[in-house]
Amino acid sequence: MTGTERDKLCPLLFIMQITLIIFSILLALSVAAYFFGCRRAVAIAQGNIRNLHSLPEHYGFYAAIWCGLPALLVLGLWTVFETPIMTHLVVSELPRTFQELEPGRLNLVINDIKNMANGIIVSEETDPNLLAAADRYRSLQSMGQAALAVVVLTLALGCGSVALYLIRAKQRARNRVETIVKGLLFVCSCIAILATIGIVLSVVFESIRFFKLVPVSDFLFGLKWSPQTAIRVDQVGGSGAFGAVPLFVGTLLISLIAMVVSVPVGLMSAIYLSEYASRSFRAVAKPLLEILAGIPTVVYGFFAAIMVAPFIRDTGSRFGFDVASESALAAGLVMGIMIIPFVSSLSDDVINAVPQSLRDGSYALGATQSETIQRVVIPAALPGIVSGILLAVSRAVGETMIVVMAAGLSANLTLNPFETVTTVTVQIVTLLTGDQEFDSAKTLAAFALGLLLFTVTLILNVIALYIVRKYREEYE
Amino acid sequence: MNKQLKKRYAADLRFRIYGMSAVAMSLLFLLLLFVSIIGKGYTAFQQTALLLDVYIDSETIDPEGTRDRAVLSSADFGAVIKQAMQKIFPEVSDRRDKRALYRLVSSGAEFKLRDQVLAHPEQIGKTLPIWVPADGDVDMLMKGSIARDASETDRPLKDKQIAWIDHLISEGRLKKQWNTTFFSAGDSRDPELAGIGGALAGSLLTLFVTLLLSFPIGVAAAVYLERFAPRNRWTDLIEVNINNLAAVPSIVFGLLGLAVFINLFGLPRSAPIVGGLVLSLMTLPTIIIAGRASLKSVPPSIYEAALAIGASQMQAVMHHVLPMAMPGIMTGTIIGMARALGETAPLLMIGMVAFIVDIPGGIFDSSTVLPVQIFLWADSPERGFMERTAAAIMVLLLFLIVMNATAVILRKRFEGHR
Repeated sequence: MTGTERDKLCPLLFIMQITLIIFSILLALSVAAYFFGCRRAVAIAQGNIRNLHSLPEHYGFYAAIWCGLPALLVLGLWTVFETPIMTHLVVSELPRTFQELEPGRLNLVINDIKNMANGIIVSEETDPNLLAAADRYRSLQSMGQAALAVVVLTLALGCGSVALYLIRAKQRARNRVETIVKGLLFVCSCIAILATIGIVLSVVFESIRFFKLVPVSDFLFGLKWSPQTAIRVDQVGGSGAFGAVPLFVGTLLISLIAMVVSVPVGLMSAIYLSEYASRSFRAVAKPLLEILAGIPTVVYGFFAAIMVAPFIRDTGSRFGFDVASESALAAGLVMGIMIIPFVSSLSDDVINAVPQSLRDGSYALGATQSETIQRVVIPAALPGIVSGILLAVSRAVGETMIVVMAAGLSANLTLNPFETVTTVTVQIVTLLTGDQEFDSAKTLAAFALGLLLFTVTLILNVIALYIVRKYREEYE
Repeated sequence: MNKQLKKRYAADLRFRIYGMSAVAMSLLFLLLLFVSIIGKGYTAFQQTALLLDVYIDSETIDPEGTRDRAVLSSADFGAVIKQAMQKIFPEVSDRRDKRALYRLVSSGAEFKLRDQVLAHPEQIGKTLPIWVPADGDVDMLMKGSIARDASETDRPLKDKQIAWIDHLISEGRLKKQWNTTFFSAGDSRDPELAGIGGALAGSLLTLFVTLLLSFPIGVAAAVYLERFAPRNRWTDLIEVNINNLAAVPSIVFGLLGLAVFINLFGLPRSAPIVGGLVLSLMTLPTIIIAGRASLKSVPPSIYEAALAIGASQMQAVMHHVLPMAMPGIMTGTIIGMARALGETAPLLMIGMVAFIVDIPGGIFDSSTVLPVQIFLWADSPERGFMERTAAAIMVLLLFLIVMNATAVILRKRFEGHR
């Protein structure tokens, strides 16, 4: 973004800055309320805090909470609901012709108005009605900001001073503060639920809009994927086929290659490290393996695209194979390397959880170490290992950067690992980066794919958890 | 009997060797990864610079003699640089040759000269020796990435240009220097002018937002779930949700950020605030899970002793249990932050892939982050970007190693105190 463009965006940023300023003033007021609360409590107790029900700081916190919390709530609600309310007000004042537009078109008009209000000129000739609406929007915005500042600060000062005034020696300040803090802790723990709801709603809503354009059956069972739709009627190319089967096959192929690499290597390393290796070797090798898990996926992607893919192509051509430069093999191989530590650390945990008495019993019957591992330890640890592998599969299916960088874009329906395939995650990235309009099937398709991805990984995780709970052997 | 035993022992040995080779293979992959990235990237920390004796002609840059900053900053410093090049090679006269000659200097040279003159306007009219960046192709030749013996059509530098370069080297005008541009500059279309400064600033801002949001919320949630939550359905639901969030593919979080934070709340695209919001949702489960494990490991005697001398439950937890659990929580937080620093996919969704030259100054500015910069450069066809990608990866890995090592040290140091 150039400097001038940023200057034009200023109104929007300005509003955010005002919100930040109000927020900081609120914080300062709460701190002040805390100190006044403490001092007033001490004053009421005539210097001897034994006369108080709670410690002076509890009275301080009580005043600070009353000063800050209601005002913060108003501020938060306003920030969330400002845009919808403003939009509604502005639209209700537009001439009838605009109000009777279909929702999609109306959205575009509203966007134009907002852009104009924020100082971004959309086109040379603009409807005077829209210009008026933009002015109205801007004045509403500034009015809203002023009102917000007044309301929030009055609320903070009012509630804070009432709370300060009401401080009494017998007031159960500590209990009240603790109840409120407990409530806050509870709210924080619910953010996880909010995030899940947010994910589900955001992908489901857009997916429903997508499935209005493209039937579900076409999406799930169609054999052709070419999301390029013609924007204008006279444009050539791109009929817009949204059959996702090639993507599923590509995703499965790459995940399969990754599992073929990572499961044997990861499992055998876990067995070696927990059963055979000396303590000192384990102390060195385990953290080293964990480094592999800590490397960002974009680094693996670079490694796959720059080193592994050319290597496989050259080796293939030496033996007379025709290998695509963005072969599924390269992406799968590197993804497998990435997942090795995941498999090995999960299996390591469950193998270590098998009690020593089982091994000792097996040795006592004359079994060798490998026989003990294969016939006693692994069967005992199997549920944990299987659930670990399922989690690894879900990781492979959802992995993005390696495939974006090393796998291709062309949706071939093939099981040949030397050819280019594409995956669900690659398509989400390609559909959503770059220019986008929010109503085309192309953009909405990404959300449908996201819904699918979310569902599949969710199911894999649930099955993994179920296996562990159901089949876990309880020792002692 | 003996034969059977021998066979069983052989099988045992074989199994053991499989295990050993599996470990060896994983370590080999790790070594290969590091060696190939360091091998590709270490050259980017040096940059070829060209020494020019620039006569800062006041006729060219400031014909009026006003020394006005506005005039100076829009003056034609490119012409001044060209004059300096011409002076070294007076024999080049053909127009096409001249153009080939000027191409040896980076387009960043004139900006460097401009900044120098703006800082010291008294140098106008004098001849000034100045090191300017050489073109990316010259840099590649100096580092051996462009083979001199390749046929002329296969390499970006022609024979004539290589002869000029050799002449410059023999005069001591062409030298590899420590590459400060790489650490200070933002992105650029020219590899010799591109740097990770902007991306680093973006990463820091994004991580700052992430930490500010996820640490307090994560600790609060962990304290609630471990110490205060009643055993009921709702608590179970929260726990299932947290475990599930930890396993949701990162790209789905990007979809959430796009649909909710950008389209619904109208936050600006490509801004660290949105990136931080998305990443804090991703980091939250890590911090909560680590926090709970750490809170659980605090001996119950501490809590009970606090209750026995009259502390309320809240006071016992906040004053005694939580401080003792802090090192463990910090370890979990650092690990979560390290993961957030390396995260790429969700940030692509919220528009942090834009080409951004300016270094972001605040959490509402457009910016990119280090891993996304790596992704962008890895796509660039120019040779110069390849080594820069690898070098940026080295910087990223260095940060991650430092963060993880801090976490390990923290854990080691406080383990003994129980």
